Amino acid sequence: MKKVYVNDKVVSVPDTATVMQACELAGEEIPRVCYHESLSIAGNCRMCLVEVENAAKPVASCAFPVAEGMKINTKSDKVKKARKGVMEFLLINHPLDCPICDQGGECDLQDQSLYYGKSYSRFEENKRAVEDKDFGPLVKTVMTRCIHCTRCVRFLDEVAGTHELGAINRGEQMEIASVVEEGITSELSGNIIDLCPVGALTSKPYAFKARSWELIHHDTIDITDGLGSNLILDEFQGEIKRVLPRFNEDINQEWISDKSRFSYDGLDVQRLDKPFIRDDKNKLIPSDWKTSLNNVTGLLKKYKSDEIAAISGSLTDVETMFVAKELFNSLGIYNLDCRFNGSNFKINNRTDWLFNSKIIGTDKIDKLFIIGCDPKREATVLNARIRKRWLSGDLEIITLCTPNDLTYETTSLGDDVSLLSDPSFLTDIKSFFNGAKYPMIILGDSILSTVEGEKIHSIVKSLSDNCEIIRDGWNGFCVLSAYASRSGGLEIGFLPSKGGLNVKQIKKKISEKKIKLLFLIEADDFDLSDLDIKSTKIIYLGHHGDKHATKAEIILPITAFTEKKALYVNIEGRPQFTKKIIQNKGIAVDSWKIFRALADNFNLKFSYNNHEQLLNKIYKLHPEISFINQIISSEWKSFKSSSIKLKTLKSNFAVVNYYQTCPVTRASNNMANCRKRFLKKDESKFNG
Amino acid sequence: MIENKNTKDFEFTKKNLEQVKKIFSKYPDDQKVSAVMPLLDLAMRQIGGWVTESAIKHISSMLNIPFIRAYEVASFYSMFNLEPIGKNFIQICTTTSCWLRGSDNILEVCKKHLNVKNNQTTKDGLFTLKEVECLGACVNAPMVQINDNYYEDLDTESFLNILDSLKEGKKIDIGPQNKKRKGAEPLGSA
Ligand code: SF4
Ligand code: FES
Ligand code: FES
Repeated sequence: MKKVYVNDKVVSVPDTATVMQACELAGEEIPRVCYHESLSIAGNCRMCLVEVENAAKPVASCAFPVAEGMKINTKSDKVKKARKGVMEFLLINHPLDCPICDQGGECDLQDQSLYYGKSYSRFEENKRAVEDKDFGPLVKTVMTRCIHCTRCVRFLDEVAGTHELGAINRGEQMEIASVVEEGITSELSGNIIDLCPVGALTSKPYAFKARSWELIHHDTIDITDGLGSNLILDEFQGEIKRVLPRFNEDINQEWISDKSRFSYDGLDVQRLDKPFIRDDKNKLIPSDWKTSLNNVTGLLKKYKSDEIAAISGSLTDVETMFVAKELFNSLGIYNLDCRFNGSNFKINNRTDWLFNSKIIGTDKIDKLFIIGCDPKREATVLNARIRKRWLSGDLEIITLCTPNDLTYETTSLGDDVSLLSDPSFLTDIKSFFNGAKYPMIILGDSILSTVEGEKIHSIVKSLSDNCEIIRDGWNGFCVLSAYASRSGGLEIGFLPSKGGLNVKQIKKKISEKKIKLLFLIEADDFDLSDLDIKSTKIIYLGHHGDKHATKAEIILPITAFTEKKALYVNIEGRPQFTKKIIQNKGIAVDSWKIFRALADNFNLKFSYNNHEQLLNKIYKLHPEISFINQIISSEWKSFKSSSIKLKTLKSNFAVVNYYQTCPVTRASNNMANCRKRFLKKDESKFNG
Repeated sequence: MIENKNTKDFEFTKKNLEQVKKIFSKYPDDQKVSAVMPLLDLAMRQIGGWVTESAIKHISSMLNIPFIRAYEVASFYSMFNLEPIGKNFIQICTTTSCWLRGSDNILEVCKKHLNVKNNQTTKDGLFTLKEVECLGACVNAPMVQINDNYYEDLDTESFLNILDSLKEGKKIDIGPQNKKRKGAEPLGSA
């Protein structure tokens, strides 16, 4: 620790602190434009000048290290004058078009020129103009406003790792530009909008939609992947206008992925606002709740319990799966599964499918083995965190069956799954993990959905035991699923029981025409493409008329995540709530209520009648998820598998279409534009 | 975006690859990226006075850095040309010392004589004209740089003489053109 004086006040600061940090510790606010806590120090805007005793000139506090006994002055006339001068320079080429700028009202430059600048300019020459750039469908540019802080460049270099922007030319000709035609392809590109201290980079979809002071902010969470990133949803006149990250050190820090940020426009289109029933002419006609629920009840009574199955999708909340399970089990129906993608594994306890080290645990790992997933596209923000850890050095990463563009260096062991059952493999992995303090294995849910999924899960579990991935105070066995609903479903056990069928078996039975009634709860990503479903009646619960809606016998409209308070559990086992922000569309209802109402039709006595009572019941039966935003760890049960042989199976589990992965993102225009622009090379791969 | 559309893949010639090796040997292992400038220069000489997009790409992959990082360097320094230039690249200094000693006249006659504007190349591809800032030979002002050579202590006559000689492929002396001094020695002391 060092002692320094800030405006004559003594503060002790860490040895490596900068003058700016010392000032902040002393409670002084230092204006800044280029400095950002999460990026490297550039020291190029000079807005942070302060006076240091015995220094000839004011120093840039963000880049200047403290020294013992240093006397810093942040309030002297010299400092004030310096700030005024810097601000005058910054504004020389700035267009001052705040009235038509989307950044207006939340602009660092605007605020700082008000507090630290002059009220007039002496610049009479021509201002320069810079051509706008085409960075793609998400980031709008007005490059004349750019003040060359290089935050955007540094972000793409350091956090996103895609190196797509640079400062080209110099002096008056200097410009921020991209040299690749596609624009900014990073799945984290939206964050440069937040980082840009001026209005040079703004959100294209949000352009001219509202002014920042008119927006009402709502705290909620993201459900486009399994991380449960924290969000702020900005609402204006009953509509979501934009989405911003909400800081949470344990999950997303201050970043969110483009899918979380820009897919909100999908919430307004293709919505289901009333029930539909298929009539005798094979047409779906609008209906009401009473009729449609009576029809569902009729169908449930008509078929035998083993002819009925239910599958939940990637957006389904805990409440719905809980009530649905209670209803179906009470009716003797056990063909339930929340793993719509067919992932399959034996469950001892929660540690078998949790991201056990927690997301924050990735900050200290020193050896990492990634198996069968695409973290860049399945858990974008987590991937950036791994990259950050890798950049700081001493992290070795090996991969098996993963894509090779993860933005950090990896040693690939190839893409043949069967390597896992190779006898010499265990020795190799053991020696890889030798000496590691915080070893981690990330096992993709994707690879668990292959035919060999169950065996792979066993092998990797026993591998983890063998390599001491789990030790005192550390569990590095981490399963990565890309779905917001998955952990919740596994927590409350929306799974086959008492000899019921799992997703793969349900599929098989459908093709054998032995499943007569199938409930698809937001399960549009359950793959029906190669199945003959003529003898299966589908009850479709969804908020969007997505993939399977047209195949339905009865469509039941439900609310989307912005229209309900609902519980989701992230990959770490952390329960969090979404917030009700928007009115329900038409007569759509929260999906759990549908199963609660059906229970009444069967005269089942369920002990809860409202959301609160339901939650209390869930908490009582599943105490692990009863503490909101907290993670309750569970004990690892060690596991030794005897030698298992795996069939050869080659894949790298790369996600081809990052942008459209759920009903909301598929309805989103923004996401469709991104797919067109950024994925055009792969277009042939996903026709249909 | 880079304008030039030279799509031919760039490779260093065998001879230049020897040179590349030498250049790399000058830098410590963890600082090889510093070789970006000499490599760009070498590529520029091989191509004929300018660097193509594919040359920058090639160099960035040799150095294992993103393309944009090498492009930033190439675009930052005015010594790297990103567009084709003529056989003789004339850079006329018009900064203070040269300006006081009549660089404006030199610029004017040059434009007239070659019938080009600033940053243009003559139709026959022999000359490209560029106005530049101080080249560090102020003692011998006014001066111009043509390709790698400095021509100093100029007046319009001696300058035109240089142009004509270059056109005809005649040999010319480099350095001061007024025959009064050698290098930068004081005027009149010799
Ligand atoms: S575009 Fe914005 S973030 Fe990027 S350098 Fe310019 S002002 Fe900074
Ligand atoms: S914040 Fe210190 S120079 Fe920009
Ligand atoms: S001013 Fe012309 S060389 Fe310096």
